[in-house]
Amino acid sequence: MDMNVKKIDEPRQEAKEVLYASRVKIQPQNISGMFRQLKWATLSVLLALYYGLPWLRWDRGPGVPDQAILADMTGRRLFIFNIEIWPQEIYYLTGLLIIGAIGLFLVTALAGRVWCGFACPQTIWTDLFMLVERWVEGDRNKRMKMDDAPFSLAKLWKRILKHSIWMLIALATGGAWIWYFVDAPTITVDILTGQASSTVYGFIALFTGTTYILAGLAREQVCTYMCPWPRFQGAMFDEDSLIVTYEEWRGEPRGKAKGKELGNLGDCVDCNLCVNVCPTGIDIRQGQQMQCIGCALCIDACNSIMDKLGREPNLIAYDSIANMNARAEGRPAKTRLIRPRIIIYSAMLVMIMAAMVYGLATRANLEINLQRDRSPLFVTLSDGGIRNGYTLKILNMEQRDRVFKLRTGDLPDAMITVIGFEKDGATSVNLPVRADKVGTFRVFVQAPADSLDAEANEMEFVLTDLETGEDADQHTFFYGPKK
Amino acid sequence: MANVEKDAISGQETTGHEWDGIKELNTPMPKWWLYTYYVCIVFAVGYWVVYPAWPTLSSYTKGTGGYSSRGEHDADLAAQKQSRSAWTSKFAAMNVDEIGGDRQLLNYAMAGGKIIFAENCAPCHGTAGSGAPGYPILADDDWIWGGTRDAIHTTVAFGVRSGHDETRESEMPNFLGDEILNKAQIADVAEYIMSLSDGSISSDGVERGAVVFEEQCSACHGEDGKGLPELGGPNLTDAIWLYSKSKEAIATQVSAPKHGVMPAWTGRLSDVEIKQVSLYVHSLGGGQ
Repeated sequence: MDMNVKKIDEPRQEAKEVLYASRVKIQPQNISGMFRQLKWATLSVLLALYYGLPWLRWDRGPGVPDQAILADMTGRRLFIFNIEIWPQEIYYLTGLLIIGAIGLFLVTALAGRVWCGFACPQTIWTDLFMLVERWVEGDRNKRMKMDDAPFSLAKLWKRILKHSIWMLIALATGGAWIWYFVDAPTITVDILTGQASSTVYGFIALFTGTTYILAGLAREQVCTYMCPWPRFQGAMFDEDSLIVTYEEWRGEPRGKAKGKELGNLGDCVDCNLCVNVCPTGIDIRQGQQMQCIGCALCIDACNSIMDKLGREPNLIAYDSIANMNARAEGRPAKTRLIRPRIIIYSAMLVMIMAAMVYGLATRANLEINLQRDRSPLFVTLSDGGIRNGYTLKILNMEQRDRVFKLRTGDLPDAMITVIGFEKDGATSVNLPVRADKVGTFRVFVQAPADSLDAEANEMEFVLTDLETGEDADQHTFFYGPKK
Repeated sequence: MANVEKDAISGQETTGHEWDGIKELNTPMPKWWLYTYYVCIVFAVGYWVVYPAWPTLSSYTKGTGGYSSRGEHDADLAAQKQSRSAWTSKFAAMNVDEIGGDRQLLNYAMAGGKIIFAENCAPCHGTAGSGAPGYPILADDDWIWGGTRDAIHTTVAFGVRSGHDETRESEMPNFLGDEILNKAQIADVAEYIMSLSDGSISSDGVERGAVVFEEQCSACHGEDGKGLPELGGPNLTDAIWLYSKSKEAIATQVSAPKHGVMPAWTGRLSDVEIKQVSLYVHSLGGGQ
């Protein structure tokens, strides 16, 4: 007891405890192997998609953009091939985001952070920037030597060259982003000839800057500190998820064998190549870590060494914790792909996708927005009749001009007058709405006072497409004097 | 302070303040912050020289740059006027009927007219012309002075009993005060007018009232009581009443008439604005 009390009262003895650790620059070594090849392949495909997709054309008829994928900011439409999303249908985008999220959960539960390691833009562009860095400054050892070397013209020249190429790539990245929002061929000419708006140049500068900073300078810090995903990815894993693991049972105790004698040493020769190639600078042999982006380059590294030494490959492998434990205990390893969480994630994914497809397939090609006049609520006319005013907006979401017959339901004696159309009341009025446009009409409905049963009377506007005969209803009220 | 205490861990000086054994560090401002602060001070001095800044006893320092916020505002207004002149010049050259026939010009008139109406007309006539007792409803199809575009334009421009040279002017005689009619006659004529409007059963009163109407009222309200818009005589046979619909209300108006006044808007609004707001009023639902 006395000792404990004494301990608390004792002044802290640590000489100088620094709580802040500055970043240690990571200089990953180049490695070749299966996963490196796979990463180059996904990089090529995804970059080709990024730069190529905006150039795909898709004929939608005259007066409509012919770009296959376009978020038309000025026209307020999202075009994805034959799908055209209006602003009020932006929930489809929410659906896409939910599909993306659940899809991410599913692949993470199956195979760890493959998204982070292979497909995330941060990884793709960092890989690209590192490739440039290696071309200009050489591989890891040369770069580290150069970092330590004193200032020289050669060093300066290489630095300038590297950052210039980075800047060019960043500029191309930022420029291409604009293609998704404005017609690509037109805006490219405008940008190159200085004709584009300052907004366009501003956004190019923004995305150029962020690309340069995130992929060139920040790199793994984006994944470790900025991205929220690593923080909760652990909730997606279970012991059957395939993740990049070090088979500790086989590797330990690590050490360099003297001659051909292994002695009691494991397969790990402690060459540190797996650490050197890691883009986030961690040691996979310490087990699962938040910083690991699952790029599998350490597998390539270790396999290249195991191959040279003539040992079994996959000392570091895509393996599950359950398998690793089984192997350690000499039991047969059996990868379980079908597990409750996989089934649940898949079912959710299928359900949401089905809902999206159903929604898109059956989506209305017409929307009615109706605003009732509130002031005046109703107008008494000289013949004693009651008139209500409405502002009717018809959203024609088809690529053809349409004519709609407007009539009222539930109010048999009502007459319709539309400003700019028939002068006198009629039982129905034909309203033309151009293709892919919104028609706005001022509609007056007039009814004899004695035909109204109450102060607020249920009423419906019925629109009939004259070509197809399809009906669309919009419920509203018709107000009259107090009864 | 001669003996400053240094914190062992961070190496910073302390302020000497201590709470429950916790000491406050005297950490200096970050350098970037401090230098930004100095730059701001230098900038402020330059600002005082170039821009209006300091008050003097009777005026203020004008600055060497020649800037004034009033000048900026005037320039803004002039630029806006310039950009609108493409429209306003057409408005000035055309009459309201011609403008009303051109869909583009009409759209422009609607947009501006709505705002002009809300600022100038809505206090009496209500938003969107919903009216109030004594202030005519502009959304219905009954017009005291006529509901054509041109008639509305004249009413807006010159007003009603406004004192303007070209004002619309009508006056209902003070039938009781000036001893033109007695109370019984007024009661009869009120009954007659009610019957015109809702077709109530004819009675002795109605028949006597019809005679009085013929003699005293038909000159302005018409033989049939349907009003004479050119004289500003309201239609008495319809369902719309400026004050209220009852025998008493009619008798009150005949005995001691109230006369509403509408100001002339010429001089208050520009010619173009008057045309815009007239077209807007015409579109509220009752335009003829």
